[in-house]
Amino acid sequence: MKTDVHDCALAAAERSVRELIEAGASNRILRKEYLCDTVVLFELDNPLVARSARAGEFVVVRPALQGERIPLTISDADPKRGTITIIFQIVGRTTMELARLEQGECVPDVCGPLGKPTEIENFGTALCVGGGVGIAFLRPITKALKLAGNDVLTILGARERKLLILENEMRAISDELFLTTDDGSYARKGLVTDVVKELLESDTKIDIVFAIGPMPMMKAVADVTRPFGIKTMVSLDPIMIDGTGMCGGCRVTVGGKTQFTCVDGPDFDAHEVDWGEIKSRKSYYLEEERVAKEMLAKEANR
Amino acid sequence: MSRVKPREPMPQQPPAERIKNFYEVALGYTEEQAVSEAKRCLACKKKPCISGCPVMIEIPEFLALTAEGKFLEAAASLKRNNSLPAICGRVCPQEEQCEVVCVLEKTGQPVAIGRIERFVADYEAAHSNGSIVPYDGPNDPTLAQYHVAIVGSGPAGLTVAGDLAKMGYSVSIFEALHNTGGVLRYGIPEFRLPRDILDREVDYVRSLGVKIFTNVVIGKTVTIEEMLCGGYEAVFVGTGAGAPQMMRIPGENLNGVLSGNEWLTRINLMRANRFPDYHTPLKSPTKVAVIGAGNTAMDCTRTALRVGAEEVTIVYRRSRTEMPARAEEIENAEHEGVKFKLLTNPVRFIGDENGWLVGMECIKMELGEPDDSGRRRPVPIPGSEFIIDVDTAIIAIGQTPNPLIRSTTSGLETTRWGGIVIDEKTGMTSIPGLFAGGDAVTGAATVITAMGAGRIAAQGIDRYIREKHGLPLPEPEETLDG
Ligand SMILES: Cc1cc2nc3c(=O)[nH]c(=O)nc-3n(C[C@H](O)[C@H](O)[C@H](O)COP(=O)(O)OP(=O)(O)OC[C@H]3O[C@@H](n4cnc5c(N)ncnc54)[C@H](O)[C@@H]3O)c2cc1C
Ligand SMILES: Cc1cc2nc3c(=O)[nH]c(=O)nc-3n(C[C@H](O)[C@H](O)[C@H](O)COP(=O)(O)OP(=O)(O)OC[C@H]3O[C@@H](n4cnc5c(N)ncnc54)[C@H](O)[C@@H]3O)c2cc1C
Ligand code: SF4
Ligand code: SF4
Ligand code: FES
Repeated sequence: MKTDVHDCALAAAERSVRELIEAGASNRILRKEYLCDTVVLFELDNPLVARSARAGEFVVVRPALQGERIPLTISDADPKRGTITIIFQIVGRTTMELARLEQGECVPDVCGPLGKPTEIENFGTALCVGGGVGIAFLRPITKALKLAGNDVLTILGARERKLLILENEMRAISDELFLTTDDGSYARKGLVTDVVKELLESDTKIDIVFAIGPMPMMKAVADVTRPFGIKTMVSLDPIMIDGTGMCGGCRVTVGGKTQFTCVDGPDFDAHEVDWGEIKSRKSYYLEEERVAKEMLAKEANR
Repeated sequence: MSRVKPREPMPQQPPAERIKNFYEVALGYTEEQAVSEAKRCLACKKKPCISGCPVMIEIPEFLALTAEGKFLEAAASLKRNNSLPAICGRVCPQEEQCEVVCVLEKTGQPVAIGRIERFVADYEAAHSNGSIVPYDGPNDPTLAQYHVAIVGSGPAGLTVAGDLAKMGYSVSIFEALHNTGGVLRYGIPEFRLPRDILDREVDYVRSLGVKIFTNVVIGKTVTIEEMLCGGYEAVFVGTGAGAPQMMRIPGENLNGVLSGNEWLTRINLMRANRFPDYHTPLKSPTKVAVIGAGNTAMDCTRTALRVGAEEVTIVYRRSRTEMPARAEEIENAEHEGVKFKLLTNPVRFIGDENGWLVGMECIKMELGEPDDSGRRRPVPIPGSEFIIDVDTAIIAIGQTPNPLIRSTTSGLETTRWGGIVIDEKTGMTSIPGLFAGGDAVTGAATVITAMGAGRIAAQGIDRYIREKHGLPLPEPEETLDG
């Protein structure tokens, strides 16, 4: 991904910024791909976001005019082609509706890039741990770490073989890749934390850990790295609305302080995160989410 | 003074009825009522009322035209100074602005300027399809080669955009959300400001040739610097004061504790009250406490009633006289059954074992010495703690400017609390070509002050661009402060 363009010479050299923003973004789906049954990739036409996106940032997407705003990580950006890639797991009504859009159609609203970019530097050796669809969020960070000169060790895990996504893409940007599946249907049977633990207990020197995946996985990685005193960053995914710091719905507690994930994060120090609070806050609309999903399923059956 | 004819009362939906719907509470004057109320104006020579209006509407003139039944002419008079009269007639705090300086105020019955303004604007909309203020294109079409960017589509941004487009500039608005209007859309509920009125005003600005781009977050999608050196002669920042203040007391992140902005955004912008037809969910509340007593707090209480809450209470640490909301809104809330626990402050939110709000511990307060704001400072009474049962608590204690623009624009001077510093005469910030106005400058204020700031900035921008390109300066217009 591109670094800062906050520079007049650069901006002028490009097509005029004005022409670029006023051309707008069609958000047309140029490529739609199922990475597995429940994970969909869209490559969207959005030159504006593509040129300014940095690792760790996300977009807010609304799939329908009466739809909800949901955040999705910018998994890749190609400023030359003017496209961004989002990868999402179908979990509820909004992601189901998004998945119904076909190649050639346009996503009504895409806003971004949002969030604080991940702080990338040459740490030495970076361990990147990804689980499930979290691998999609981990990819731009891993890529940026590699570009910054880090040795990158990557561990990817999935429940079963067919749910493991982006294996080849991640292999290409990692110095070493470890794979696990919960059920042993592919590679090593077990959890990503098993490998994290072994690496930490071996002589491998690790300077920083990035762990992104389901909340229990991120918490488990934090618990493994804590006794070793290795800095561990995670990407939190609370419920959001605007994604610009306006509603406070995305509040989390980190180091005893309230933070707004959409503007202060989404990356936070895993050892400081109040995991219980996030778990409970994410469950606030469970009942409504169930109702919505049932309604959509009924519609689909008609 | 002889006996004064009392003000025409505003017809309203009865409270028991209106708390079951989101339709407008105030129904508006009939023609007869508007004429009769306008006739109460004494046509004072000194026109004191005008000084109370931030955009200096020719109040006695439009009232006289109304009194004669010349409603369209009255509208034309209004629109010379205020392009959004249907909105201002509804949401201006008239009792602190134009009406407080009306000579009849002394009798307790000032002319109902706002209500008449509303009537005239609505009349025009219904009877003239917008032709009353004839707009036959920009004043100076050669100015179209100069492009101006407006950040934010609230009342400040819409005003600057409209004024500059009329002069002849090419104007584009960039809005972070997926819809326009700023607080007018996501904050003020539709029972105070119906959405078709807002849409009509935004369409009017579009009809002047202004382009509006939503889903663009300035500071992130593109920066101010990039815009200023990438094709725009000037940029106006009207980003409002949208960042909610929290209480910083224990339990604030429990499920069921929301900021006023989240509550209102879910309902007004996302229409969560119509879930599941609209897809953003809302938890139906039963017992609601709203903390604070400003306009935002009143709007939160009244929307809570309309989504079915059984009991809604304002919890406010000062007394009734200090409540910052408009008197009319406090009264409306009261009539609708909102309870007031004054001189009371929450100290902690109480949750169950799953992290859901079940109660709120409060402490009683008394008023002590005056503080910086001149209001008597509330101090807690030791040992007076008590617990109220609530399942939803909405924190509406104020908003500050969003830090996004200031943190991504180097060289931009701001105040200690994050407001953008401007030259009051031109609206220009510490960066040449960058202008600002509205809540982003003043902190949370009013719709009409944001519009007033927008008018000043539009003139400042015009002058700046003309000077930069050696164009003749415009005729010195009447300035807004006389
Ligand atoms: C910064 C960030 C980046 C994210 N990136 C990705 C990504 O790249 N790929 C991906 O698959 N998912 C990502 N997510 C999660 C994604 O936003 C949710 O899966 C999505 O909102 C679910 O919506 P739904 O209506 O389909 O499901 P629902 O049935 O509504 O909800 C399922 C679960 O998703 C979460 N959720 C619901 N509504 C929201 C909301 N408005 N905002 C955030 N979370 C919500 C809740 O935990 C809920 O329990 C990200 C979340 C955040 C905060
Ligand atoms: C609930 C509530 C009730 C109120 N009631 C009244 C009332 O009855 N009467 C009254 O006079 N006043 C009232 N006010 C105050 C009034 O609404 C505001 O003073 C006024 O809207 C300020 O206008 P503005 O244009 O400065 O900003 P806003 O209306 O806040 O608009 C700012 C816009 O900028 C957008 N934006 C922010 N950052 C960016 C960015 N980086 N890039 C792009 N876009 C951005 C925002 O999304 C928003 O749309 C109320 C306020 C609230 C919150
Ligand atoms: S715009 Fe507001 S302050 Fe001015 S006359 Fe109308 S109601 Fe009064
Ligand atoms: S001060 Fe009151 S009575 Fe006098 S002109 Fe103004 S509105 Fe009319
Ligand atoms: S999502 Fe609204 S403040 Fe973060």
